[in-house]
Amino acid sequence: MRSILQAIHVQKYYGAFHALKDVSLSVARGEVVCIIGPSGSGKSTLLRCASQLESIDGGVITVDGEIAGFHQSGDRLMPLSDLQVARQRQNVGMVFQRFNLFPHRSVLENLLEGPVRVQKRDTTECRKESMALLERVGLATKAAAYPNELSGGQQQRVAIARALAMRPKIILFDEPTSALDPELVGEVLSVMKELAQSGMTMVVVTHEIAFCREVADRVVFMDGGAIIAVGSPEDMIVRPQNPRVANFISAVL
Amino acid sequence: MQDLVNVDVRKLKIARPIPYLQIAASFVLFVFVAFIVHAFWVGAIEWHYVSDYLFSAPILRGVWGTIVMTVCAMAMGILLGTSIAVMRMSANPALRWAATGYIWLFRGTPALLQLLLWFNLALIFPTISLFGYFPVNTVRVMTPFVAALLGLGIQQGAYTAEVVRSGILSVDRGQMEAAQSIGMTKLRAVLTIVLPQAMRVIVPPIGNETIGMVKLTSLASVIQYSEVLRTVGDVYYANSRVIELLIVAGIWYMVIVTILSIGQSYIEKYFSKGWGHPTQGAKALPDGPTAMGMA
Repeated sequence: MRSILQAIHVQKYYGAFHALKDVSLSVARGEVVCIIGPSGSGKSTLLRCASQLESIDGGVITVDGEIAGFHQSGDRLMPLSDLQVARQRQNVGMVFQRFNLFPHRSVLENLLEGPVRVQKRDTTECRKESMALLERVGLATKAAAYPNELSGGQQQRVAIARALAMRPKIILFDEPTSALDPELVGEVLSVMKELAQSGMTMVVVTHEIAFCREVADRVVFMDGGAIIAVGSPEDMIVRPQNPRVANFISAVL
Repeated sequence: MQDLVNVDVRKLKIARPIPYLQIAASFVLFVFVAFIVHAFWVGAIEWHYVSDYLFSAPILRGVWGTIVMTVCAMAMGILLGTSIAVMRMSANPALRWAATGYIWLFRGTPALLQLLLWFNLALIFPTISLFGYFPVNTVRVMTPFVAALLGLGIQQGAYTAEVVRSGILSVDRGQMEAAQSIGMTKLRAVLTIVLPQAMRVIVPPIGNETIGMVKLTSLASVIQYSEVLRTVGDVYYANSRVIELLIVAGIWYMVIVTILSIGQSYIEKYFSKGWGHPTQGAKALPDGPTAMGMA
């Protein structure tokens, strides 16, 4: 199985704070990996490093075999230019906790911004594809609406469609349901579940343990900036072996 | 406690007391305005001079000069200000220092002083050239228009830079990250995603500064640029009708400022697209707070 995303001995510091401690993780094509753990454990930081919104201070992250943010020259890693980094980011979709839709653009324009203006793909084709994506997340009727006219759950579904419109190789979800009212969580999770079943490679940082159990191929438990345990949902959630994982699971369930 | 048990509450009426204080204040205001109007009416003002000169050719040329200078200086200020603001927020320290130095220098000295410096540049640089090529005579180039434009435009850039910077800071960081996540470079994200949203915050103070600029152009009269204050001056030096012609200038400033204020409200409306209340046709949604959290 080929790795789409690979983190190898990744280190990250915020000043003196050691946010990621020698983190290694490999995500195969079509795999759904859920990352759980207490807040401040480095889950989101790992995602943000993988999407190059944060730089790393050691180790390597590769996306589809390509080193993220650097090119190798002998035994040195040379930083890529802003433009090259931007090009690499196109392969990695990101869904944020607070949606981050562009409020001055309509729903359809939010989807078209990347493929048409950045990737310079054909407008008519992109329009068709984007409408199909909106159909898929159940929001085709909202194409002309502005984000502030939508509920939180609808906004997050648009954000997922926006990420998909880039045809990414992997999508990272950073606590996609944490900013939602409880009754809106289900609609977003069901879109994500459908996406997982369609074979999209996904890494999901979440507190929705039931979702992890049902959808994840593997569950990663992080604490204190390190990966403590990795395993199947069965081994991690139903019958956790590691005592720290067991503690966490019993606290959140 | 009053006993409301034996009262038919439905028959109680809410009284509307007479607003004596408001009436008194209105009366004082009326008297005051009447006094001012009366004073000007009986004062030694020959009003027909005002109407005679209001639309005379030299005055209209001066008004045109004021409008042209306001537009040019503001355009230059906004262009410079936006570049300086982006530079000031750059990751490159040299650009940051350059921007900070620019703001420090041109915000730190009076506009009038800067106008005079530009206008008298020939005293220290008789000719200007590009590394020895294309030499030009400074006196030729530094016309009143050019000197006024440089003086006003460059210092306006320093103020506008701070306005634009505060606008950019007002946009949620997540917007930049979302733009980057769909493959935009930082510069492109700033120009197409962050700045258009920052406009909402930038437009009102820029409108304010444009109105300030209309009046600031009067400084250019000291370096012989023919704007409205200078042209009325030329007239009253000849006919001694000082107050009448100053009133003419005053009327024209008010007209220009009023038109600009109306224009500003249209521009604000344009940039508020996607904010505020849902437009007609959209259904009101129960989770307003979450949706508004975006804005």
